[in-house]
Amino acid sequence: MAQMNMIQALNSALDAVLADDPKTLIFGEDVGYFGGVFRVTDGLQAKHGLTRCFDAPISEGGIIATAIGMGAYGLRPVVEIQFADYILPAFDQLVSEAARLRYRSNGEFWAPITVRSPYGGGIFGGQTHSQSPEAIFAHITGLKTVIPSNPYDAKGLLIASILEDDPVIFLEPKRLYNGPFDGHHDRKLRTWAGHASAEVPEGLYTVPLGKAAIVREGADVTLLAYGTMVHVGLAAIEESGIDAELIDLRSIVPLDIDAITASVTKTGRCVILHEASRFGGFGGELSALVQERCFYCLKNPIERVAGWDTPYPHAFEWDYFPGPARVIAALRRTMEA
Amino acid sequence: MDDRVELSLHIPEPFARPGETPTFDHVDIPAAGATRRPAVDAAEVDMRDLPYGMVRVLDADGRAVGPWASQMDPEFLRRGLRAMVQTRVFEDRMFRAHRQGKTSFFMKSTGEEAIGVAQSMTLAADDMCFPTYRVQGWLIARGYPIVDMINQIYSNASDPLKGRQLPILYSAREYGFYSLSGNVGSRFGHAVGWAMASAYMKDHRIALGYIGEGTTAEGDFHEALTFAAVYRAPVILAVTNNQWAISTFSGIAGAEQTTFAARAIGYGLPGLRVDGNDFLAVVAATEWAATRARTNLGATLIEFVTYRVSGHSTSDDPTKYRPSDEPVHWPLGDPVERLKQHLIALGEWSDERHEQMQAELTEAVRTAQREADAVGALGQSKPSAREMFEGVFKEPDWRVIEQRREFGI
Repeated sequence: MAQMNMIQALNSALDAVLADDPKTLIFGEDVGYFGGVFRVTDGLQAKHGLTRCFDAPISEGGIIATAIGMGAYGLRPVVEIQFADYILPAFDQLVSEAARLRYRSNGEFWAPITVRSPYGGGIFGGQTHSQSPEAIFAHITGLKTVIPSNPYDAKGLLIASILEDDPVIFLEPKRLYNGPFDGHHDRKLRTWAGHASAEVPEGLYTVPLGKAAIVREGADVTLLAYGTMVHVGLAAIEESGIDAELIDLRSIVPLDIDAITASVTKTGRCVILHEASRFGGFGGELSALVQERCFYCLKNPIERVAGWDTPYPHAFEWDYFPGPARVIAALRRTMEA
Repeated sequence: MDDRVELSLHIPEPFARPGETPTFDHVDIPAAGATRRPAVDAAEVDMRDLPYGMVRVLDADGRAVGPWASQMDPEFLRRGLRAMVQTRVFEDRMFRAHRQGKTSFFMKSTGEEAIGVAQSMTLAADDMCFPTYRVQGWLIARGYPIVDMINQIYSNASDPLKGRQLPILYSAREYGFYSLSGNVGSRFGHAVGWAMASAYMKDHRIALGYIGEGTTAEGDFHEALTFAAVYRAPVILAVTNNQWAISTFSGIAGAEQTTFAARAIGYGLPGLRVDGNDFLAVVAATEWAATRARTNLGATLIEFVTYRVSGHSTSDDPTKYRPSDEPVHWPLGDPVERLKQHLIALGEWSDERHEQMQAELTEAVRTAQREADAVGALGQSKPSAREMFEGVFKEPDWRVIEQRREFGI
């Protein structure tokens, strides 16, 4: 067991699958010799060879299209889209091809591809390096969408995603790469050192998709979160003194609906937290599911805490980011209402 | 006084609209045999004249001439002719089936049959083509059961794609035919990826991607050519230039400025412009490009110059936007007639044998259609509604399972 930050854990996952399966290969912008702008593929080309981890043209559509073709041949490509904000040129490939291939060909062809992409804000990246587009993928039938919140899960979920025979969008909260960020941007930076989930085994292991984690058990309100917001939510619970149950969804497709309903049935209250803007966000789906399945257990209206419905604003990063204060306010509202 | 030039916006217009006299004077067609055949391993930089020529083998008298002509087995040619005629007979029948209400939609490849058929017969059984919807001849040349094509077109209980796909958007892995989609162009890059995978695995198989001339305007085309060139992918990238994208003439895709084959030059790829109605030229160009691909010399872009004789689909009426007699003015003729003429010139075929074959193939299509009719046409028969919920993911998730129950099965 080694101490790893999330970058090292993801690198360890890729290293392990490259060593294990010759049909796995990696490509993307700057991922080869240089090792990626966030260093996630650092050293993999030198260790595994040029054809196992190589640079791609600045062509997100071309990257995903060729990956689908490789998948149809029988490989398991893992591609990096440098920022989730840049994935949209490949949207047709993801929606019309990767997600539909198995269905429309009656299982003759499928796309066992994994699309890794750093996502989310908190790094002063402005509009084009901060967005959280998970909801648009969740809406596409045929895609799976995975979002880890810590190094241990990141490695196990990435390996599980690569082993999937269906296409997976693997969104890496870039603000968590180096430490468990709880939203208190004005406090001293914390690293993963000493964090329980930074204990990461070498070699292959998986964390199954579609299985949520109960990060903190509680009796009074359920807080649903994923990615960076898991840490924001935990800080908010501790500071509020409210006995909330925090659930880290880990993947939004497949969604662990049983964990959600079990918790809300127990607590009777629900707060949904995500960084993406609110209207049409994944919180809307979660809210509808909770309402449909737990209506008679609900003591108070469901609350959503999310980014404002504006583009991600550079100078106003911390006004936009749904930090602990907004989560605490929502927890209090749902307790008091 | 303002002496600046007043700008004007150019909107390309075809040479003839309905009621006007059709002309194809703008299509540059060198004589058969005039365009040279470089060595297979020639450097791309030395082949930049080829996109402006035209690989043609059959001359006006049906003789095979010039450097792209080779000794071909008459039996191979007869099989090609048979598959082309079979394709035409089949498509005519299915077009009528649509008019009879037996299906919702159909598309013909009339006049373009040589491309899919010749390439299907030239490439290896385990190569993979990434088709457009106008190369149905690929499947017919490989003996795909006609009845299964009709079952797919009918979306009936025997539909191999379980009623999930629009008619003619087949998938036939065992026949080297990748899953079709109605989004044009989006599989062009898959062909390159598949070919890259084959090279990565040190395999021997190659890929063939098809795209229409209209769709070369999509980013998919540029992306595929970029990746094919950068990674020297063992792939043939074929542009079927049939002059029309629904009602839009090829000038709107850029044909006034240059040829589609010449697009290759900017990527450092060899580009061939080929008479797509000349079965022998299609075979020769495909063999040349396939040999390059199989020997690590990389990708070739081939423009097949052809003509869409039919409307775009059963939903289209071409007389609304082009002269109704335009097809008969097409200067490269009919691929079926040209191959037939060649075989007759060789003493390997006759009008009588042709008529007999035509009758036989018509009967074969009728028999297949009767078999499909017995299962049921669209609306009379369909796969189990369970199939609607299958295959979304490898294993269904709870949403699909719950919704299937909600639907009542």
